[in-house]
Amino acid sequence: MSAMITLNNVSKFYGPTFQVLKDCSLTVAKGEVVVVCGPSGSGKSTLIKCVNALEPFESGDITVNGISLKAPGTDLPKLRARVGMVFQHFELFPHLKITENLCLAQQKVLGRSRDEAMTKGEMLLERVGLSQHAHKFPGQLSGGQQQRVAIARALAMDPIAMLFDEPTSALDPEMINEVLDVMVELAREGMTMMVVTHEMGFARKVAHRVVFMDRGEVVEDAETTSFFTEAKSERAQLFLSKILSH
Amino acid sequence: MNYTWNWGIFLEPSPEGVGTYFDMLLVGLKWTIATGACAWVWALVCGSLIGVIRTLPNRWTVGFGNAYVELFRNIPLLVQLFLWYFVLPELVPASIGLWLKQLPNASFFTAVVGIGFFMSARVAEQVRAGIIALPRGQSMAGLALGLTTAQTYRYVLLPMAFRIILPPLTSEFLNTIKNTSVALTIGLIELTARARAIQEFSFQVFEAFTAATLIYLMLNLLITAAMRWLERWVKIPGYGQGK
Repeated sequence: MSAMITLNNVSKFYGPTFQVLKDCSLTVAKGEVVVVCGPSGSGKSTLIKCVNALEPFESGDITVNGISLKAPGTDLPKLRARVGMVFQHFELFPHLKITENLCLAQQKVLGRSRDEAMTKGEMLLERVGLSQHAHKFPGQLSGGQQQRVAIARALAMDPIAMLFDEPTSALDPEMINEVLDVMVELAREGMTMMVVTHEMGFARKVAHRVVFMDRGEVVEDAETTSFFTEAKSERAQLFLSKILSH
Repeated sequence: MNYTWNWGIFLEPSPEGVGTYFDMLLVGLKWTIATGACAWVWALVCGSLIGVIRTLPNRWTVGFGNAYVELFRNIPLLVQLFLWYFVLPELVPASIGLWLKQLPNASFFTAVVGIGFFMSARVAEQVRAGIIALPRGQSMAGLALGLTTAQTYRYVLLPMAFRIILPPLTSEFLNTIKNTSVALTIGLIELTARARAIQEFSFQVFEAFTAATLIYLMLNLLITAAMRWLERWVKIPGYGQGK
């Protein structure tokens, strides 16, 4: 399998002394689902935001579909347009109706016509089960519904890979599954996904590999089953024993 | 106090030969509105631009924006108008200086530019505050969809930022209208100048300034009402209802 996302010794500092990412390296192959987990403050969210250059990093390099983020002349907006991103706090545009949220970048970035964009948007809304909410504003939807719209918005750009930054952490418990269902379906269709999450059930179900991070470092990078049954590092074992004990 | 009230003064013919004293006030009001409106447009355009560049991740634009704001908001408006009107024409090459001095309605243009720049510093401060009040994820979401920085501002950040700052912008709009009265010092015959003229011609000082006061009050109440209507018009269903 060829690599879709490759991180090579990525390091990032806040200020001169505090290092949030330490020589992080990992690969996400085409069609692969990789879950990134770890304790709060371990740098998972920062790492995934580096992948589409929303966070700058000082050293190392990241390539997405063969294009280096650090190479001079890389068209970042063009690259980002092809990588879907879903945020912890949804980040729908509150002043735009759901349909406009779905159409904005299709029209402004991809140059699609209004009709094309609407057709695509309606199809994806249908897919995430929210067709009847097309003409509402984000503030009129529940958290789970907003996050499903956010996933649809990212998919409308026909992405080659999807990044999820703790997509269910801000949701009420009963809304988590409706979002995870959409993600599971996406994974089963063969979408390349990098997912920062604490949902170990999701990881078990669809992830090919699990990456465990602690204090800015990639501590463990293993196949899903072996990660859950025979994690090598003590830190990962401790983490698993704490979150899987109930 | 030995004062003879004469509210009928406004219906008497003005010493200018055309119309009544009331017509004099109306002409002044016309200039007040023209100056205030043009200065406000100027302030909004420059202020938005400066407010935006102060939020860019570039220390040169931020530094320039900060310097701009500190310059225009820390010098009294009166001094700024004098600088534009009396000092600037002497500093530029003589031919341009002469052209400036001979410009028809020079005091009007100077007032628009002077008050416009002065108010733009305040607008810039509001715009900046509106933008940084938005969650950081909003600009990230725009960029992540492939929008350029300019598009992210245009379609994502500014529509929300302006909604947030509409109430304080109303105050700045009213300040702009009120600040036009300072322009009488550089010879703009606006509403306050007209009221003074009536006083000088007729000695009915109380009537003249009562009328000016009421006209300012009505004008600003009208603007306030219009801005309230605008606030309701751009209100987003479901947004900001305590979540």
